[in-house]
Amino acid sequence: MRNEAQITTMNQSPGAIFGRILLYTILIIAAIYFLIPLLVMIITSLKTMNDIRTGHLISWPREVTLDAWKEAWGSACIGVKCEGIKGYFWNSVRMVVPAVAISTIMGAANGYVFSKWRFKGSEMFFSSLLLGCFIPFQVILLPMASTLGRLGIAQSVTGLITVHVIYGLAFTTLFFRNFYVTIPDDLVKAAKIDGAGFFRIFWKIILPVSIPIFVVSIIWQTTQIWNDFLFGVAFSGGDSQPVTVALNNLVNTSTGVKKYNVDMAAAIIAGIPTLFVYIVAGKYFLRGLIAGAVKG
Amino acid sequence: MASLTITNVKKAFGSTEVLKGITLRIESGELLVLVGPSGCGKSTLLNLIAGLESITSGEIKIGDRVVNNIRPKDRDIAMVFQSYALYPNMNVRKNLAFGLETRRVPRAQIEETIQKVANVLQISELLDRKPSQLSGGQRQRVAMGRALARDPAIFLFDEPLSNLDAKLRVEMRTEIKLLHQRIKTTIVYVTHDQIEAMTLADRIAIMKDGTIQQFDTPHQIYENPSNLFVAGFIGSPSMNFIPCRIATHGQQNGVFLETGNGRSYFLPIEQPGLALDPWIDSEVILGIRPEMISHGFAGQKGNPQIHEIESIVKVLEPTGPDTLVFVNINGKEVTCRANPSAAKPPGEIMKLMVDMSKTILFDPQTEELIGKSTTPPFQVGLEKRK
Repeated sequence: MRNEAQITTMNQSPGAIFGRILLYTILIIAAIYFLIPLLVMIITSLKTMNDIRTGHLISWPREVTLDAWKEAWGSACIGVKCEGIKGYFWNSVRMVVPAVAISTIMGAANGYVFSKWRFKGSEMFFSSLLLGCFIPFQVILLPMASTLGRLGIAQSVTGLITVHVIYGLAFTTLFFRNFYVTIPDDLVKAAKIDGAGFFRIFWKIILPVSIPIFVVSIIWQTTQIWNDFLFGVAFSGGDSQPVTVALNNLVNTSTGVKKYNVDMAAAIIAGIPTLFVYIVAGKYFLRGLIAGAVKG
Repeated sequence: MASLTITNVKKAFGSTEVLKGITLRIESGELLVLVGPSGCGKSTLLNLIAGLESITSGEIKIGDRVVNNIRPKDRDIAMVFQSYALYPNMNVRKNLAFGLETRRVPRAQIEETIQKVANVLQISELLDRKPSQLSGGQRQRVAMGRALARDPAIFLFDEPLSNLDAKLRVEMRTEIKLLHQRIKTTIVYVTHDQIEAMTLADRIAIMKDGTIQQFDTPHQIYENPSNLFVAGFIGSPSMNFIPCRIATHGQQNGVFLETGNGRSYFLPIEQPGLALDPWIDSEVILGIRPEMISHGFAGQKGNPQIHEIESIVKVLEPTGPDTLVFVNINGKEVTCRANPSAAKPPGEIMKLMVDMSKTILFDPQTEELIGKSTTPPFQVGLEKRK
């Protein structure tokens, strides 16, 4: 009853109605503004070259074809090789999966120590680790190249994984540490008295309640590492290039005609994994970030 | 089951000294309550006993074993936390089993222990629930169950009832007392609630600013508080403190009480072992509990210790069984406890009987108890204060 009354009063107020309309209009315009480029990419990737040359940018394809997608995946020329971005895509997967896994697990362990097993100077360690969040990528290119060279993992996927793990640790540590400080210390004390040690408490008590922050860390790291171009172009050799670098090379390799449909298809393929991660786990992402922010 | 001996334990965080030399000892099976206002160091002391923090100096012995450098898990203790600290990802059964599993107790034995503990605490039907699905009182029981399952030498309780509502708190208090009578294990119990301390304890250690003010049985602490702080802390409503001067009146030592409108009464103080001669003409603080000033004491007619005074009633506070009557004596507000039917309305003059047999005197300078030599059974507990 009361609700109905409230709704009626709301309906009667012209100012409120106008506000709603304005709000939705702005939101819809913003959504269209951000979605149109994606729409253009998808439409273009489904067109034939002839269609692109003669038609309009946002006109519907006269003939829907997946040829451009097949070419981008399997036979487009990148440099001198004409095998598509398939191999580079798997390079990225081979790089992202271990890099995300290692940096997340190490971040969890770091966060656990910095929040529940503080030691003399641990705050200083933590703050200096946080500095890592603010170092621009470009600054470390040269020293990192020389380090990778000395370690003998330059120009390889292993080298790229190493770089991303090191760079990601600052962020993952911050995530986990801030999440774990909201877990009551009494839990750890109780487990200590129950006889559990450092690792048993981590496995049995802390990790099972860490799922939200794991999701946050995995999404963040996957996006960062998958989308990275600079490290990819600087530290990878011809065969170990990630898909971002390959995409750039594909677009820049010209053999006469510029195949916009193939470029678009390749760009979408390169972007699909991060989109997928957001759509599947985005809900948890927000929840996890909030869980870290609000105590209790 | 073990005794607990704490000898001159000090704890400092950086330059702040939180515990300034704590000494006490309880026998096996006793329930010790550490009580005091916030920041007095009681929880720190409990953490030291548990081994969750390290001692700066001194010695803690559980049974005959010095545990200073022994890790919490090897001290044979169990602890109940104020926040309960139940493992949120495990159901009740696993919460109870965790400590046993960690200690590699055989499966069958764990199962048996869980059943036994669940029966004692009446949580059998909760075994498959997660902590988030339990009410405050149920969580409290599970937290106690987790400690019980371990069957430790000493139980440590860190303000276990302060997260419960008033009614449940009283119920759980009784249950803890019953539990202790049944299992007869040594318990150290921290609280800031003096009623919890009085009702539960075999011995109370009252702490303030990192020192023990008095370490004694609840009865002794109530009857013979060693200083003003203890006297004011224990008892509700608190003891009245009336400033007065010791005088001699017809061979008797006593005090004059002025109750307003020119009324003045001489009340002799005669207690065995209390030598007042050195204090004649000196200022003292008279400590008298509200129940010692009343409308009358049944069956006490002719008792030479009971004296009649009159005073104007300022305020009445009915509590149900008794009504608290507030009057002015020697310029101080004094609480008296009277029968509701005998209490006069505010503004009227009321006759009050004062039982002087249990009054105590404090030195206003040192705030220490005067005269009576209170020799508690265990003198070590009394760190000498300056």
